[in-house]
Amino acid sequence: MVRHAGIASGVIAVIVVVALLAPWVAPYDPIAQPDIIGLKNLAPSFSHPFGTDSFSRDVLSRCIYGARISLSVAALATAIAITLGTLYGAIAGYVGGAVDAVLMRIVDAALSIPRVLLLIAILALWNGLPLWLLIVVLGATGWFGLSRMVRAQVLSMRELDFVAAARALGASGPRILFRHILPNVLPTIIVAATLGVGHVIILEAGLSYLGLGVQPPSASWGSIIQDGADQIGAAWWISLFPGLLIVTTAIACNALGDALRAAFDPRENAVTMAELDS
Amino acid sequence: MTSARTNPALLQVTRLRKDFPVRQGLQHSLFGRNAAAIRAVNDVSFDIARGETLGVVGESGCGKTTMGRAILRLIEPTSGSVVFDGIDVATLHGAALRSMRRKMQVVFQDPFSSLNPRMTVGAAVREGMLIHHLAEGRAADHRVKTLFEEVGLNPDYASRYPHEFSGGQRQRIGVARALSVEPEMIVCDEPVSALDVSVQAQVINLMQDLQRDRGLTYLFIAHDLSVVRHIADRVAVMYLGRIVETASADDLYSNPTMPYTQALLSAVPRPEPGRQTARIVLQGEPPSPANPPPGCVFYSRCQHPLKDDDCTRVVPPLEEKTPAHFAACIKQPSQLP
Amino acid sequence: MTDPLLSVSDLRTYFHDGEVVARAVDGVSFDVAEGETVAVVGESGSGKSVTALSILRLIRPPGRIETASSIRFQGRELLQLSDGEMRTIRGNRIAMIFQEPMSALNPVLTVGEQIAEVVRVHTDASRHDAWERAVEMLALTGISAPRERASEYPHQLSGGMRQRVMIAMALVLKPALLIADEPTTALDVTIQAQILELLQRLQEQLGMAVLLITHDLGVVAEVADRVVVMYGGEVVERATMTELFEAPQHPYTEGLMSAMPRLDRDAERLVTIPGVVPPSTAWPSGCRFRDRCSYAWDRCATEHPPLYPVGDEHESRCHLAVEPLRRSESHTPLTVRVGADS
Ligand SMILES: Nc1ncnc2c1ncn2[C@@H]1O[C@H](COP(=O)(O)OP(=O)(O)OP(=O)(O)O)[C@@H](O)[C@H]1O
Ligand SMILES: Nc1ncnc2c1ncn2[C@@H]1O[C@H](COP(=O)(O)OP(=O)(O)OP(=O)(O)O)[C@@H](O)[C@H]1O
Ligand SMILES: [Mg+2]
Ligand SMILES: [Mg+2]
Repeated sequence: MVRHAGIASGVIAVIVVVALLAPWVAPYDPIAQPDIIGLKNLAPSFSHPFGTDSFSRDVLSRCIYGARISLSVAALATAIAITLGTLYGAIAGYVGGAVDAVLMRIVDAALSIPRVLLLIAILALWNGLPLWLLIVVLGATGWFGLSRMVRAQVLSMRELDFVAAARALGASGPRILFRHILPNVLPTIIVAATLGVGHVIILEAGLSYLGLGVQPPSASWGSIIQDGADQIGAAWWISLFPGLLIVTTAIACNALGDALRAAFDPRENAVTMAELDS
Repeated sequence: MTSARTNPALLQVTRLRKDFPVRQGLQHSLFGRNAAAIRAVNDVSFDIARGETLGVVGESGCGKTTMGRAILRLIEPTSGSVVFDGIDVATLHGAALRSMRRKMQVVFQDPFSSLNPRMTVGAAVREGMLIHHLAEGRAADHRVKTLFEEVGLNPDYASRYPHEFSGGQRQRIGVARALSVEPEMIVCDEPVSALDVSVQAQVINLMQDLQRDRGLTYLFIAHDLSVVRHIADRVAVMYLGRIVETASADDLYSNPTMPYTQALLSAVPRPEPGRQTARIVLQGEPPSPANPPPGCVFYSRCQHPLKDDDCTRVVPPLEEKTPAHFAACIKQPSQLP
Repeated sequence: MTDPLLSVSDLRTYFHDGEVVARAVDGVSFDVAEGETVAVVGESGSGKSVTALSILRLIRPPGRIETASSIRFQGRELLQLSDGEMRTIRGNRIAMIFQEPMSALNPVLTVGEQIAEVVRVHTDASRHDAWERAVEMLALTGISAPRERASEYPHQLSGGMRQRVMIAMALVLKPALLIADEPTTALDVTIQAQILELLQRLQEQLGMAVLLITHDLGVVAEVADRVVVMYGGEVVERATMTELFEAPQHPYTEGLMSAMPRLDRDAERLVTIPGVVPPSTAWPSGCRFRDRCSYAWDRCATEHPPLYPVGDEHESRCHLAVEPLRRSESHTPLTVRVGADS
């Protein structure tokens, strides 16, 4: 487990660093079209490790810049989703009663619609969405599951004695929620965030592939796959390399999420706690 | 309940009741009144004088915790009044309630769940001071340190987390947290039940010292009758949500009047070989609090020789049988067998 | 003298976590004769439960019963039996009841089924016979309407009834030895009284021996014939029950006796044992109680005390047994301290 987590976080760290340093590490300009005839659809070689596309652009450089888009869309959308889901779930769980019942029925309804369908519907209606709106839409549709988890935890934690003690001390509702309850829900949130990033990368790629996501001239990994989609037989490298990157990143995020979940699981730590108690 | 006690009552509880709905579904929480309810606390009245310790005993599920929490307004009482120092706590709201809380604190049974695992114990003790603006910055640090010393903990431990402490040490931290806002009364809900005999003695002594030094008033809930005898001035015995007997500790332990109290006391194992007095072994189970029987709640298990149908007709009132000794039994007290 | 029913000698059960070794049970020896009740008392974490689980060989890794240990039961060395042979003993010849009756019962089976299951695993009784024995056993434990109760689920029963079900399950095969790990700690005194009376009655009827783990000295005084006091993974005192209450020898036992609030006498202050039990991963050298002992002198830090005989069937693991003058020198048995420990 620990080894997997190490590898996963290593992979993620490399991709993030490369994306951040794109102007310095990318061998070519990702949008330059140096020779649309001579350098078109070159197979991978030493000078173009990932080959070139039909506009003679270097696929490796495009992938490196694409990482910036893919990762930031995923990170920002997840941040939005986490914030919404945590607040919504925390309010439902903490206030309880009828408020909780209504809020949770809304989530149930939202969860019954597949997210991809929902996204396609929204994006298809709204042609040529600006990037920031895409992020908002991805974030706003991704918090339902988390809100239920947070709510369940808040609900059970609300009954614990240390929360009662805080109330007895005169702590206000928000103070109890933010100082006492949410820090204890943090493990769930962190795990959900890690898994969420992996999920959004795939989602966004799918949408961009369908032409509904990131719009040109910006290019995410998904849009690069789309660039090569119609010549997948002749110039497979255009789609293969961004595809591999998507799969690798998503798997790394999932592995890290699972490892974190295991690490946060109290049952895994039970023995050490008992030791400390004795 | 007027007795010869001279101190004015600090806490007066009158006809306190707490019902829990039996089912909770959407329809119930959205639209309305629940028909069935558990009578967890049923028509309880008592008072506590300033500086006094009232012990509360009774079997598991009889409503001790619920009563303590309803007094603290950690749960909303269904009806009844709780007057603390002349103010009816049951009617307070918002900021007024929060500032009232300073005066009434609580120490819990479970040393593990009663501290936030992600907050240092120093921060836990400090929190109340910040909430009530009693001290800030350096001054707060200093007070935390003093409190740690007062409860017998090394002040250097303030930056540690709860899991680094033993059960007894955590109970001390819980006591320090309660003391941080300088309360007048502390509701102690089985504060030593989870502790070893040797650690229990340490915590009990600590609580007694604090009471002496600070003039604290305790509502001390416990199921260990020996502990209550040791710490309490007066004792209230609960059965199925009702107080069935109250008297001074000495009086109650030497002259238990209500048949349930007699059974309870006779059941305590004595750590003295061969000294066990005849035990009254109660038959059957206590009735369900969702469906309490009419009349005396103890009727079904009562061993009183004179028990008869009258007992099932009236709820026996808590009557003063001998001076300052109240019992809820309509029959003449029987002697212990 | 005939062989005792159970003879534990030099039992060591360690938990290995990498380099760190928790010596939870560290050289424990005691006997249980047929039909008698032996109580094991001691501070939380002193190894009482681990001892009980070791006897049944229920220790799971990283826990391990170390090689020199021996547990003889009815003349057989349990530690040498195969797992299959051990299963025929467990639940059959030696039964155990646990502290928490709710977690030890299966919530999705009726209590009757659970008791009958024990019978069917160990005997070739038919389904019907097993069920009848379950009902019979429930009746014996004093549950009214046992036939109806047998088809109820654990959550439908009260705590006291669940504990009786546990007892019925443990006793249905009439074991020679019952190990009861804090059977009444989770219960009220009134229910505790019912259960203790039940156990004593059944013990007489079935002639079994009981190893009773508890920290309630009141319970010990009521039911035990002999007592084993544990501290720090070791036996620190062993005596008959009356002897132990009349003349406790080990300072820990003394402390335990005086730390208890009493119903029958009203002390102004309780006598406390200062400090806490050291962790099982780092027992102090010499005597394990010395940090908390008011008699302790230099010998206690250097020399690990053996179990000295101090009377008829009475042993104490304290150097005071050979230097009794030191006891009278310090006149207060234990310092009365104002919560100043940590
Ligand atoms: N939140 C709740 N919802 C429904 N019923 C409850 C709730 N809290 C307590 N009860 C019920 O109220 C009754 C009294 O419970 P309470 O916890 O006050 O008993 P207690 O005397 O403190 O028992 P113990 O000695 O086991 O702590 C019980 O029947 C219990 O099941
Ligand atoms: N699975 C385990 N892994 C590591 N250490 C363990 C394990 N089980 C028990 N121990 C350690 O063994 C020691 C003895 O534990 P044990 O449960 O036998 O104590 P006990 O005397 O039964 O205490 P209590 O009165 O609290 O039940 C403790 O220090 C405990 O931390
Ligand atoms: Mg309670
Ligand atoms: Mg144990």
